[in-house]
Amino acid sequence: MTVTHSAQTMDLIQAVEQADSPERLVAAVRALVASQDEANIPTLIKVLGYNNPAAAVLAVDGLVAWGQRAIAPTLEQLDDYNYGARAYSFRALSAIADPQALDALLSAAATDFAPSVRRAAAKGLGQLRWSCLSSQERSARQTQTLQVLESLLQDSDWSIRYAAIVGLQGLMMPEAQPSADLREQIQAMFERLLATDGEGAVKARVLLAQRQLTAAWAADLDAATVEQG
Amino acid sequence: MTEANSPPSSPSLVDSSGEALTVDQAIANLKHPDLSLRYYAAWWLGKFSEGDPQVVDALIAALEDEDDQTELGGYPLRRNAARALGKLGDRRAVLPLVRCLDCTDFYVQEAAAQSLGMLGDPVCVPDLLRFLEGGVAAALQVPGRPHLARPVEGVIEALEALDARDAVPLVRPFLDHPVERVACMAARAMYALTQEAPYGDRLVQALGCDDVKLRRIILMDLGTSGYLAGAEAIASASVESSFKIIALKSLLDNHFKRSQSVVLSEAACQVMALMDALL
Repeated sequence: MTVTHSAQTMDLIQAVEQADSPERLVAAVRALVASQDEANIPTLIKVLGYNNPAAAVLAVDGLVAWGQRAIAPTLEQLDDYNYGARAYSFRALSAIADPQALDALLSAAATDFAPSVRRAAAKGLGQLRWSCLSSQERSARQTQTLQVLESLLQDSDWSIRYAAIVGLQGLMMPEAQPSADLREQIQAMFERLLATDGEGAVKARVLLAQRQLTAAWAADLDAATVEQG
Repeated sequence: MTEANSPPSSPSLVDSSGEALTVDQAIANLKHPDLSLRYYAAWWLGKFSEGDPQVVDALIAALEDEDDQTELGGYPLRRNAARALGKLGDRRAVLPLVRCLDCTDFYVQEAAAQSLGMLGDPVCVPDLLRFLEGGVAAALQVPGRPHLARPVEGVIEALEALDARDAVPLVRPFLDHPVERVACMAARAMYALTQEAPYGDRLVQALGCDDVKLRRIILMDLGTSGYLAGAEAIASASVESSFKIIALKSLLDNHFKRSQSVVLSEAACQVMALMDALL
């Protein structure tokens, strides 16, 4: 049973590796994702580097569906020489949202030279499942994350600042369970951006973050009140 | 926002032979016996100088350079000087650039038209409109050359930047230009000048073409046009995410410019939701 299964996966992997047109590659990746055999993970990661956006998006979805199990192989196979592939890897890690990838996300957001990688990592930092961590660890790690995102707010590339705002908003959502101190610091950063940033798109994203955060915390308060009542 | 390391933005860049260049040297180099140094200096001044009056005077003088000429009669230094003057924003360059529209070199004409658009002085509008008279027939591909008989793409772009509503009847025929790139430029300008949705839809439709390079350009056209209804089409186009984010941001900038402030309108929130998804 296991043998036939993996033989079938081998065929599907081979179809991906031998695809000779963009359309065939997309079809082969789709079939591989559907096979739901964990042996397909390394091939899905390779597809991120094939410079075929449609196939890469399918592969990212396939990896995200594996959740935690895809984290270690994705980190091991990070492509240091292909920023396009790296950006897809970090989009996958961001969507899996497991704090195991935190160090990799922090380092990519802070030090990668490619804006697409930094944007994906900055967004991912905000949407991690922070509640998985103990309150002590969460507090320490969120402080560290805040520092990295704050440094991105100084970047001359507006799109990096924009992504950092999205990350900061995530860090401040009720489900991330941020401390009151962290929330105050982020609010202050938002106010500074509104007063000083030269890009309308950046300011607008701050306004949107403030609006969405106000709504999320109001809903959270309502839920807590209902529970107590 | 390119992926490659961006060049330093301070004017202490080295020149083509590896020497550090200052503004004074670059101005002097505009008359250097080595013609390649002249060409490089004009580019450098457009990119790295602040455009003080001295720089602008020197570049205006370079618009009449006769030494640097190609076998086909092109004027490389004039082209770079014309491009640089557009970036430096000094309107004293407007009339000299208008004179360049009559240069025999197509690429000097094109650079002058684009720079006139960037300088934003409507005094040049009648001179630009002249190029559109005669319509498509007068602006077809020149046999054996990689360009049209007239620099209509740059001219239409400039008229759009100058918000020249008078141009509408003269731009409209170019929607049917056989070169798709020119037709798209016309659609972009027509939308910007009239705010009529069918012109925006023409661009959305053009995004379905097979050529990825053309798709990237049309994406930017949509952003620049400010056609908000095209936001979804930008986000789902078969083009790299970085291009889509830039195009959506340009859409947002245009929206704020039109409303004269940064407001969280429904349209703005929709555009940002699309941008978030592309990070």
